[in-house]
Amino acid sequence: MSGFGVLFRRELALSWGKGGGPLLAVSFYAAMATLLPLATGPAPDKLAIVAPGSAWLALALASLLSLERLFERDYEDGALDLLSLGSTPLEAVAFAKCLAQWITTGAPLALAAPIASIALGASPSLSGLIAFTALVGGLGFSFCGGIGAALSIGSRRGGVLIAVIVLPLFAPPVIFGAGAIEAYAAGLDWKTGLLLLSAYSLAAVGLGPFAMAAACRNALS
Amino acid sequence: MFAFLYNPDRFMAFSRWGAPLFGVLAVLLGAAGLWLDFAAPPDYQQGYTIHIMFIHVPASMLSLFVYLCLGVASFLGLVFRQPLAEAAARAAAPLGAGLTFLALITGSLWGKPMWGTWWVWDARLTSELVLLLFYLGYMALQAAIDDEARAARACAILALVGVVNLPIVVFSVDWWNTLHQGSTLFAKGGPAMAPVYLPPFFLMILAYTSAFGSLWLVRIRGEVWRRRANVLAVRAAR
Repeated sequence: MSGFGVLFRRELALSWGKGGGPLLAVSFYAAMATLLPLATGPAPDKLAIVAPGSAWLALALASLLSLERLFERDYEDGALDLLSLGSTPLEAVAFAKCLAQWITTGAPLALAAPIASIALGASPSLSGLIAFTALVGGLGFSFCGGIGAALSIGSRRGGVLIAVIVLPLFAPPVIFGAGAIEAYAAGLDWKTGLLLLSAYSLAAVGLGPFAMAAACRNALS
Repeated sequence: MFAFLYNPDRFMAFSRWGAPLFGVLAVLLGAAGLWLDFAAPPDYQQGYTIHIMFIHVPASMLSLFVYLCLGVASFLGLVFRQPLAEAAARAAAPLGAGLTFLALITGSLWGKPMWGTWWVWDARLTSELVLLLFYLGYMALQAAIDDEARAARACAILALVGVVNLPIVVFSVDWWNTLHQGSTLFAKGGPAMAPVYLPPFFLMILAYTSAFGSLWLVRIRGEVWRRRANVLAVRAAR
């Protein structure tokens, strides 16, 4: 089996098992969705307007949760040093990490997103699109978030720092994703938003690993 | 282009005269601009609030320009390992954050009488706000990493990511919502601004630019001195 395959399975096992994995992210997501009606008032007509948008906001915040451990764990126990010496380039290591992160937290969140939106009063006909945009957007969140995680390796206050660095990067996918859903609900052209969201996520997948690898090398130097 | 400035000694010799020179230039240009501004008649629609324009628009233009400077300095620091470029990037960030903040505050003060509201979620306002978040994230990352060389390189990577991302943010919020008036200066068929306002406006832009140049040089000089002091402190401790 290739080095990349082994690495990918390791990352998958680590992010599925250790540190709460998908359960933590989905619980956080559920808690966010519960707080929203408490904050805005339970009137269904008011909630229905903000439901798809706030589902997206909660998604962005929930995908921040597990980022802190993405590189920090390996940095602390020295595994990152070994990985940087191995034959698999650090770019591929970063790619495997973010992909595993997406599969273990992004995909469960994408399944939870339509449920939360319907509970908040969004039309059930939106479910398919909400799940799909959440899945595609989650890919962008994982790879953009990974840049923040790699940059803050070894800093003193990882979690908050990652959020501050990464949230400006999350602005375009949130706009495109929520825009596509809103346009679909209003019967307008929703494909543009979806295509732009996909383009952003794919660009993050393509460019993110290089930034992450550069940040890791810098942290290890 | 800046090759002659790579040498810290030559840079210090240049900036010793350059910084005060730009500072005096900024004061003169700013005074001339403000004098022409207040000599001009009030706008037929906006009345006296037109004066805010001469503070607001150059600040928002410079806030983007400073990010460009930050990106170029980060690139030079990261790729060519120029310590002086790293110092320049580090020195530019708080200035950029300050200009962005100034643009947001004056815009808000201008928006209240003109649009009837302090803040609207309009495309250009939102991208300016995201720009401020970029600056703040950059400064937070710098403060969080103890080792200075590592912090500088991590910040350079973040700045380059930001340079790639910023046009996307601008495009996305444009796609999302647009209410702000378009650019009046670079409009099709020449500037759409009353001719009487153009000279003070350009003077103010030049004044802001030279003020930034002066402050930037001063801050880079401070960086260089601080590093030299650190080296001396380490040497003395041995």
